This record gives sequence, structure tokens and C-alpha cells, in this order.
Amino acid sequence: MSMNLEREKASFHVTELADEKSTLLPKILYWCSVVSILAAFYFIFIYSDIEKTMGIVQKIFYFHVGSAWSAFLAYFVTFVYSILYLVKRKRIYDTYAYVSAEIGLVFTTIVLTTGPIWARSAWNVWWVWEPRLTTTLILWFIYMGYIMIRQMDGVWEKKARLSAVFGIIGFTDVPIVFFAIRWWQTKFHPIVFGNGVTQKGGGIEGNMLVALFVSLAALTFLYSYLLQKGVSFENMKIKVNQYKEKLREDLEQ
Amino acid sequence: MTFFKTAFLLAKKDLYSELKTKQVLATMIIFAGLVILVFSFAFDPTNNTTKAVIPGVVWVIIVFSGVLGLNRSFISEQRNDTMQGLLVAPMEAASIYLGKFLANFTMILIVEIVAIPFLFLLFNFQMIGSIPYFILILFIGSFGFISIGTFLAALAANSKSSEMLLPLLLFPITTPILIGVVQATRITLTNMGKLSSALAWAQLISAYDVIFFVLCILLIDYVLEV
Amino acid sequence: MIEIKKLTKQADNKLILRSIDLSIERGETVAILGPNGAGKSTLLKVLSTIIKPSSGFIKINGLDLKKDYTEIKKMFGYLPHSSLLYDHYSPYENLVFFGKVYGVENPEQRAIELVKEVGLSFFLNEPVKNFSRGMIQRIAIARAIVHYPEILYLDEPHTGLDQGAISILNNVILSMKAKGTTTLMVTHDFKQAAEICDRIIIIKNGKIVDDFRLEERTLNLVTEKYQLQVEGVS
Repeated sequence: MSMNLEREKASFHVTELADEKSTLLPKILYWCSVVSILAAFYFIFIYSDIEKTMGIVQKIFYFHVGSAWSAFLAYFVTFVYSILYLVKRKRIYDTYAYVSAEIGLVFTTIVLTTGPIWARSAWNVWWVWEPRLTTTLILWFIYMGYIMIRQMDGVWEKKARLSAVFGIIGFTDVPIVFFAIRWWQTKFHPIVFGNGVTQKGGGIEGNMLVALFVSLAALTFLYSYLLQKGVSFENMKIKVNQYKEKLREDLEQ
Repeated sequence: MTFFKTAFLLAKKDLYSELKTKQVLATMIIFAGLVILVFSFAFDPTNNTTKAVIPGVVWVIIVFSGVLGLNRSFISEQRNDTMQGLLVAPMEAASIYLGKFLANFTMILIVEIVAIPFLFLLFNFQMIGSIPYFILILFIGSFGFISIGTFLAALAANSKSSEMLLPLLLFPITTPILIGVVQATRITLTNMGKLSSALAWAQLISAYDVIFFVLCILLIDYVLEV
Repeated sequence: MIEIKKLTKQADNKLILRSIDLSIERGETVAILGPNGAGKSTLLKVLSTIIKPSSGFIKINGLDLKKDYTEIKKMFGYLPHSSLLYDHYSPYENLVFFGKVYGVENPEQRAIELVKEVGLSFFLNEPVKNFSRGMIQRIAIARAIVHYPEILYLDEPHTGLDQGAISILNNVILSMKAKGTTTLMVTHDFKQAAEICDRIIIIKNGKIVDDFRLEERTLNLVTEKYQLQVEGVS
């Protein structure tokens, strides 16, 4: 009994030390995201030209694409950490997978709200069944399911295991969903490669491209900062629960 | 070899139990009939444009009654904890999955055999396409839907509200199949001129079937582990 | 036969088993006693591969539980609180199914033989769902021994049974013991434990607090030791 407690204490110390060492990282990430987001604002609103046909609304495009990119990155991270969790069974991998999926869901929601605003001014409809937008919608549903699995009751190992499995299945599904919707939208003529019905991407101005890349970088930094913060929050929660449990045990003795 | 033997044994057990109680299958078929009824209210059967929605209705029937059956397939093993009985027995988790898959697949095929002719009859639908191709599309579509469905049913069975969770997990994951089979069914039923396009869809669905069947066999160990 | 070293099991932050060391010889009948929530059932579940241990090492008949679990699964029979029987099936169908799953030769004959042994031949083809608790428990024990296991894990087998059912159950356990079966039994019923077991283990808070042999079948010794460990000052 006493031996076990001591071992637990020892492991607490180790995690605390690790936290102290890595306090520099969140600060760096924080300042990187602040600076890059401000820079992105400059490039989007002042540096780059106003698009001729769509006007000022086109500016939403930079954050729309940037959020979509961050969402995909987040889901990819969830996928990688899900595999790592199933192989290594370390709780930290599960925490990363979970937090990343949550952030991904937030970014997907941003894509799904900015998309219709842009579509309304560009094509005069609120929603187009455009492959990328539709895939994003399905992604939103898939990762909503992922979060629902996390809400199950039971021990964390079970939830971690099941959601890791679903994280793998869900991410494998993404490219197939994308191709299926693309085929469907091209009036049933299978095109796997090539531009198909893509409305964006063609004929973008040089300074717009710069602004796009700056906003991509900004949102990637924002994602990594949120991931780091979210994981440290989760770790604190876990630690508090551990202390509570230890206290309960000590009281029972 | 024992792997497949155990799987067949489990499938036989499930189907035999179904033969005794007729609970799930009867519910699925009656539900399919009700879906057809609701569609006849939603789309006027005497109107000619209704024919255009028939391929979609075929799959709505399969998907909804399929979910009913899938929900039961692992929940039924929770009574008296029979799942534990299977897990302590010397068998692979993958053969449990395969057995359940075979049982569910057989049941959905029975539902299709009953419900689809019934649908065509009630909506007075004249087939101008090819029946063998239609059956092929039905087969590969149901295969994919049930294989991933059985897997996710095993996953959802861990939750207390698995009946609600399963459709939420299953429908987004199966969108490629649903898009593909509806398109392919439309072509094989009404417009054989575009057969090459239907076959391309069939290839996409088959690829999906293979990828997810293998993935499910690989990952089922982690789902059934306690 | 069973070697357990430094076995721990943690669920969320709760330690259910704390470093259990235990070694059980072939042919022993061991009773595991202890208050509710002490980790007795968890220990059986870990041994029957239903729960994965957090750390520690288990060897059964020289085989490692982590690696050779398919071989080990053939060796033991497990009877938990629930019956593990299919409600719509008759005892005969249940036993034939599990016999086939375990690859027993001639499962039909084995099923009839077992149902006779537990005294329910008359109900051979009735669906299990109509049975009383005692009858279900008797079929459940038949299910656990359908494949002639070398080890038997029983989780409170006597709970809710009448005298007749208890004596039938004890007879089955004793006849298995005569064939050299090792039995591990979690129980709250000291009388039955004293009657059929050679060794008593008391578990409290996930640790083994007492482990002794019963040379004479005396109930008093068991109650005395139990009270000392569990209810008295420890």
C-alpha cells in the first residue's frame, strides 16, 4: 500500500518537472500566433487587392481556407495519435487525440459558417453541394460522432480505445468521401484527378497568394497553441482527479 | 480453418435464434413496409415523376431497416452477459465479428428480397434496366453497409444509449456507399445507356468494401477487448 | 498451476488490485473471501482474460496469460454472476453450442450427459427463459464445465440457491475436484467454503490479507479469521 502511494507520488513529481521545463513552449506558440494573426490581418486587409467581382467579401476566403487546412491537420493529428494510443496505450496520446479532434471540430464549424457567407455573395446561394464543402460537412458529422463516443460513461481506457478506433475509421473515410462526392457532382462522370468543377484556385493574384499563405501559417500556429493549451488543461484535470482519489483513500485509511 | 468454422457457428446460432423468435426480422420487414407507406404519402405514386425517387427509396428502406437489425446484433449478447461467454471461449475477436456480419448480412438480404418487389409493385414501377446488375449493386452495397455497420454496432454497444449512437456514427461513415449505390441503382434501373458509369460506381463501392472490411477485421480486437 | 506475481489493476484512478502475489497448486480448491468491493471478482475476471491487468505477470500451467491466451482459454471454465446462457435456447441447445465453440468431441452426447448430471433431464428441451434462478445456475455450471476444464473459476456460485441446488452444485464441484480440477471460488457463503475448500484466501482493499489451509473442515476457524481481518482492528 505505502509502496504504491510512493510510486504514485514519484510519478506526480515527474510530470510536474516535465511541465516546468516546457513552460517556454506555450509562450513561444502564444506569441507566434499573436504576431502571425496580426500579420495576416495586415496582408489580408491592406496588402492584398480587393477581388474584382466579389468585392470585399472575398476576404473571408483567407480564413475559410485557413480554417479548413487547420481542421484537416487537426484530424490528421487525431488519426496519428489514435494509432499511437492503440499501440502504446499511454494516456497522453489519447489526450492529444481528443483535444485535437475538439479543435478540429471548432475549425470545421468555422469553415461551415464562413462557407455559406462566401457562397451567398459569390454564387448568390447559401449552400452549394461543392465537393470540398460537402466533405467538410460530413467531416463535421463524423467528428461529432467521435465526441459523442467520448461522452460515454465508463472508465477512460474504454473511451480512449473506442474513440481511437473511430478516429482511425473516420479519417480513412475522408478521402473516399471526397472522391465519391466529387464524382457525384461532376454529373456522374468519374474524374479522379484534374480540376473538375473546382471554382476556386484558378487565376489567383500573386499578392492574394501571399496573404493566403500568411493566414495559413497564422491558423496553424493558432492550432498548435490551442492544442498545447488544451492538452495541459486535460492533464491538470487528470491530475486533480488523481489527487482527489488519493485524498479519498487517505481518508478511508 | 477453425476461424471460419467458429464464425459460421456463431452466424448459425444467431440465425437459428432469429428463426425461433422472429423478433428482429419481423420488425425489420414491417418497418420496411411502413417506410414504403410513408413514401407513398410523401410522393404521389400515380405521378410519373415519382419514378425518379424509387432508387433512393430502395436504399432508404435498406438503411433504416438495416440499422434496426444492427442495433440488436450486439445488444442481444448483453442479456445474461453472453458476450463474456464468447470472449472467454477460445476464439478470435475477428471470428465473432465475421459471425455477426454473416448473420446480419443474411437478414438484410431477406429484407431486400421481401421489400423491394413489394415496393416496385406498390409504386407500379416498370423496370427497364438490367436485373442482374441491379442485384450486383444491391449485393455490394449491402455488403459494405453491413460490414461497417456490424463493426460500429459492436463499438456503440458499449454505450448505454447505443440505439441512438449507432445511426449517428454509421451514416456519415457510409456516405460514399450511399452516394455510390443510389447513383448506380438509378442507372441500372432506368438508364442502361450509362452502364459504364454504374460500373465505375460499383468499383468505388467495392474498393470501399474491401478497405473497410479489412480495417474492421484488424480493429475489432480493440473494440471487443474489455 | 496458477502463478500470479505483482498483479495490479487500476480503473480510472482507483486501484482495485494492489500487487497480488499468489500461487495455486494443481488440484487445490481455493475459496476467496472478502468484503464487497475488495476486488475478488476483478481477480477472477483478470484470470479469465476478460479484464486486462494494468501490470503484473500471470502464468497458468506454465503459459503466459498475455501471449498464449487462446491456449489458456481452452483450459478454464468460468462462471460469473450472470448465466452466460441464451434465453431462447434450451439447455440442450446452449450446451451443444458452447460444446462446439470449445471443439468438444460429440457435443450432443456431452450436453445430454451434463444436463443429467445437474438433474434437469426433464427440462432438456425447454427454453432457458422459463427457468427459475436455481435451475439456471445449474445449467450455467454445466456450461462452465462442458469442455472438461482443468481450472474452474466460480464467482459466488451459491448465491440465491436452495439447499437441493446447493448440494447438486457441490457434488459437481467435488466430482470435478476428484478428477484433479483446480477450483477458485469467490464466495460470501462461509459454510460452503468450509465444506468444500482446502484453502482460504481473504482479500481486502485489493490485497491478500490472509492465506491459510483448512486441515479440518471447521466453519469456526474461517469466521474467526475473517472477523479478525475484515471487521476487527487490522
